[in-house]
Amino acid sequence: MQALGLDVLFKGKNMVRLLGGLWVALKISIISVAISIPLGIILGMLMTSKNKVIRGILRVYLEFIRIMPQMVLLFIVFFETTRVWGWDLKGETASVIVFAMWGTAEMSDLVRGALISIPKHQYESGSALGLTKLQVYLYIIIPQTVRRLIPLSINLITRMIKTTSLILLIGVVEVLKVAQQIIEANRMVSPNSAFGVYLTVFLLYFIACWPISMLAKYLERKWNT
Amino acid sequence: MNWDVIFKYIPLYKKAAWLTLRLGVLGIVFAILVGAICAVIAYYRVPVLKRIVAVYIELSRNTPLLVQLFFIYYGLPKVGVSVDAEVCGVVGLAFLGGSYMAEAFRSGLEAVDKIQTESAYSLGLSRAKTMRYVILPQAVSISVPAFMANIIFLLKETSVFSAISLMDLMFTAKDLIGLYYKTTECLFLLVVFYLIILLPISILGSVLERRLRYAGFGA
Repeated sequence: MQALGLDVLFKGKNMVRLLGGLWVALKISIISVAISIPLGIILGMLMTSKNKVIRGILRVYLEFIRIMPQMVLLFIVFFETTRVWGWDLKGETASVIVFAMWGTAEMSDLVRGALISIPKHQYESGSALGLTKLQVYLYIIIPQTVRRLIPLSINLITRMIKTTSLILLIGVVEVLKVAQQIIEANRMVSPNSAFGVYLTVFLLYFIACWPISMLAKYLERKWNT
Repeated sequence: MNWDVIFKYIPLYKKAAWLTLRLGVLGIVFAILVGAICAVIAYYRVPVLKRIVAVYIELSRNTPLLVQLFFIYYGLPKVGVSVDAEVCGVVGLAFLGGSYMAEAFRSGLEAVDKIQTESAYSLGLSRAKTMRYVILPQAVSISVPAFMANIIFLLKETSVFSAISLMDLMFTAKDLIGLYYKTTECLFLLVVFYLIILLPISILGSVLERRLRYAGFGA
């Protein structure tokens, strides 16, 4: 244990602090997903609209967000907008803004894909039966897309959790930052702690994400048949 | 926006973009290799090895690259495995990307109907020939969209390299902001350089996807 540096974790409140750091990451991803799912559904529906101007603007915006590394977006929001607009932004708030924006873009693309995959005759039969546009969506299209979307949006949660590891770099104290602090504090007593502590962080992320991605896989298999 | 500053910084960014590209491409090549091996093992259900591959895929897909890199770069030297930062970046990218590529290839292989393989066998084609002429052409066209998405994803992930002090685009931008406080210019250049790298690949991806949609059998 000494050689691998795992002993550090059992000193004082170190393990609890590490879990607290993980909770910060999870909290930020849950809030961001909660914001991005409804927004993504709305934008995704707008992306299938016939208006070329709306579609064009949305496409440019969404492609930009999806193509930029999330860290670049974090830097733009955290360093640039604060300077230009002079608002006081906490690291946590900046990360929620960025992840919500990114999640919305990803979600809207999933929604768009699901909507496109519905054959056109479903829409046409609906309107032939005299349903209004809203009714067609409400009773015909949405029930069919939801099954396809739920596993994909659950996957989005795990991607979000994994991406939150980046917020360390704009100074939010999350699990990796706590790990660094623990390693630094025990540098003299336990010089090898980096191995054990980072391995633990690795496993913590795995424990947080694995059940969620298993659930997504299970639902996908169940509903695809 | 100060254009003189921008022109002064461009050479630095060019150097950084080169590093990003070099490590990114190397990492992706290894990721493709790892992915192909894992996909073949999973497809033919090789005993024992398929369990190892399954564990690897779950481990790599459910942890962030930053944590993987920290473990390789700061953790492993403590047990005697010292790695150079560049090697570490490539290894990390290959470890992460391998599982994503494996999933893309495997889903392509499995999307080819079983009847295709059986018909090929009954026509007298050997195992290798069935793979080469019947399964692969169909599987490839199915996996291309996921494959291209993975390449973009992996190139984006290289921005994490800055955390293990590799002088990539992200690192350069962070460094220059810290030195001269020219935040707007530095971030503008950062966005431009990432667009130069990623936009062509993204466009190529959507063109390929549109063209290959017709290549499937019976679709």
